[in-house]
Amino acid sequence: MRYIEPHAHMVSRTTDDYRQMALMGCVAISEPAFWAGWDRSTADGFEDYFRQLTEFEPRRAALYGIKHYTWLCLNPKEGENRKLAREVVERIPKFLDRPNVLGIGEIGLNRNTLNELETFRDHVRLALDHRQLILIHTPHLEDKHKGTRLIVEALLSFPGIEPSRVMIDHAEEHTADMILSNGFRTGLTLYPETKVSLARAVDIVETYGFDRIYVNSACDWGHSTPTAVPQFMMEMRRRGHSDESIRKVVFENPIAFMRQSPHFVTPAGELESVPVGAA
Amino acid sequence: MKCPLTATQIADEYFIENRHRLLDIAAFLDRLERSAGSEDSSQDFRVRAFRDAIGTLLDGRGDRARRIQMVFSDPTLEPRAALDRKAAYGAFHADQEAK
Ligand SMILES: [Zn+2]
Repeated sequence: MRYIEPHAHMVSRTTDDYRQMALMGCVAISEPAFWAGWDRSTADGFEDYFRQLTEFEPRRAALYGIKHYTWLCLNPKEGENRKLAREVVERIPKFLDRPNVLGIGEIGLNRNTLNELETFRDHVRLALDHRQLILIHTPHLEDKHKGTRLIVEALLSFPGIEPSRVMIDHAEEHTADMILSNGFRTGLTLYPETKVSLARAVDIVETYGFDRIYVNSACDWGHSTPTAVPQFMMEMRRRGHSDESIRKVVFENPIAFMRQSPHFVTPAGELESVPVGAA
Repeated sequence: MKCPLTATQIADEYFIENRHRLLDIAAFLDRLERSAGSEDSSQDFRVRAFRDAIGTLLDGRGDRARRIQMVFSDPTLEPRAALDRKAAYGAFHADQEAK
C-alpha cells in the first residue's frame, strides 16, 4: 500500500532512510522547517536552510522516487527571539512561490511563553496574507494541553482562519478533541518514548474516527523512527481494520489536506475524484 | 467507534507486552526505594506525579489515558512571561513555576 509521510525532517536523515521509506511504499514526504537542535544565529542562516529545503532536499528525495514538499517558518523552539523572528518572517515570502512549498510551518509553541505566542501570531498573519496552508507544532509533555489550548484560541481570534486549511500536529489523548471539535485537522506523531505509541495511535483513531486525522513519524535528528507510518499500518491490521480505513489515514487524508495548496501534485492515477479540502 | 477486537482477542494481542510494561513500572518503583543517598523519592515532583497517575490508573473510572495525561499537564492558563528552559520536564513543576 502506498503512503504519505506528512511530517519528517529529512535534512537530518540518511539516504538509507529514504531508501527504506521508498521500499515500504512512501510516495511523498512533507518536511516542515524545524529547530536544528541548536539556535541559528542569523536570518541568513534561515535563508540557507530554506534553500536546502526547497532546492537540495527535493533532489535527494527524487533519487528514491519520492516527491518532497516543505513548509517554512522560524520554529517554536526559537520563537522566544522576537527580533530574529521578525527578520525571518520578512524573508519568507520570496520563497513561497518555490514549487515544493505547501505553506507556513511548523509554527506553534514550545514553553508557552508570551514571545512564542507573538511569533506564532506573526506567522499566522503571514500565512493568511499569502493564502498559505498552516502546519502547527504543539508543545511537548506537560506543556501540550495548555499550549494546544492557547494555539486554538489564538487561531480562532483571526477572522480569516479556515480550520480545514490548518493542521494541528502532535495531538494526544487530551488534545485531539479540542482540535477536531473546532474543525481543524490533526496529526498523531509516532515516537518511541514521547508523543504516541502505535497502539495508542490506533486507539485515538478508533475514538475520534477516520476523518481529518493522519499519522506521521516526525523523524528528525533525535530518537525517532522514519518507518513509523508503515508500522502504524501493521498495527491497524493487527486491530482488524480494513485496507480502506488504513488507506484513508495514511494516504487519502494527507492528500485531502495538502491538495489545498496549488503546489501539491496528486500522486498519478490516484484520487482525482477527492474534492479539494475533503475531510 | 469501539475497538473491533473482542476482549479475548485484545488480551491475545496485547497481554504479554503490557505485562512486560507493568513489571517495568514495578521495578522502577522498587529501584527508587533502593536508591543511593538519603533523599526521599517523593521529594521529586516527577515521582510524585507518577504516583498520582498510578492512583488514576486504579480508580476504576475509565478514560485513563486522557486523565493521566492531565495529571502530568500544566494546569495554569496564562502564557509564561519568559522562556525558562528549552525542554519540558514530563510533569508539571509546580514549585518551579511558583518562583
Ligand atoms: Zn517536526
